[in-house]
Amino acid sequence: MLRETLLSAGIAGLFAALVLTVAQLVWISPLILQAETYEDAAEAAPVAHTHNDEAHEHSHEHADEHGVMANVEHEPENAHEHHHDADEWKPDNGWQRISFTLVSNIVMGVGYALVLVGIYTLWQRPRGIGQGLLFGLAGFAVFFAAPGLGLPPELPGTEAAALAARQQWWVGTAIATAIGLGLLFAQKNWLLRAAGVAVLVAPHVIGAPHLATEASLAPETLQTHFRVATTVCNAAFWLLLGAISALASQKFSRQQPFAS
Amino acid sequence: MATQTISQTTSTSAAGSRRLAAGGAAMLLGSALLFLVGFAPLPAVHNAAHDTRHSAAFPCH
Repeated sequence: MLRETLLSAGIAGLFAALVLTVAQLVWISPLILQAETYEDAAEAAPVAHTHNDEAHEHSHEHADEHGVMANVEHEPENAHEHHHDADEWKPDNGWQRISFTLVSNIVMGVGYALVLVGIYTLWQRPRGIGQGLLFGLAGFAVFFAAPGLGLPPELPGTEAAALAARQQWWVGTAIATAIGLGLLFAQKNWLLRAAGVAVLVAPHVIGAPHLATEASLAPETLQTHFRVATTVCNAAFWLLLGAISALASQKFSRQQPFAS
Repeated sequence: MATQTISQTTSTSAAGSRRLAAGGAAMLLGSALLFLVGFAPLPAVHNAAHDTRHSAAFPCH
């Protein structure tokens, strides 16, 4: 039983993560990199201009001579990010950063798939691809849409409330949404269904932690574009995760070839 | 007859607990992976998973 569960989650998570990574590289990452240019510019501003000009000349010289070395020469400028110490490790832009994003996406994909397939195992396995898509849609609502209503996806360089408070609200909202959807759609008793609606709404009545004023370095159009891109990509990721995990768990479950 | 009923009940509950263990283990392992990629405060982990955290709308920075 455990073997089938892990196998289904592994396959679904891996495949959905690969598709997400491609979509991310084409659509989302360019927006993040664009936002980081505003962030870098804001951080460079207080520093004496002569220093920056020298740095630029320096890097351009090397870029002309060595081509590929250009990124490496730019690194000291990027290392001044507001929330990081200069000596903190982070992947270099280019293949290294892409590789770490791919690995992170796979860890996330398999993590979400394990939670989803865990629910199939504990509660109810989807019958066919249609119900798999519904489970995927529920996952999108629980882990992206509901937390995103209060804390929308943000580009780097956006001011926000304390991280711990936002993380707590995010986790609380995801759990409340999962319980709320379960009560609303899996219970027949109308009182329980009403309780489900209340649990769904509660985190948004309490409200996500926000600062009185939240400035963003990136322009509003870029933020909007980023929110649309992440919403579309995450919806596709979740639908794919639901569909593949449903098919895989059906295939690997020897005891019940087709969910009873 | 009685023996058969008992053994059936036993095997059903054994299957039930296997199911509970497998589902529970999957959800625990999944949650651990999600914590690592989305919430772990270690700077190196944060930087490695940076673009994933932003894309998936995990609270970041």
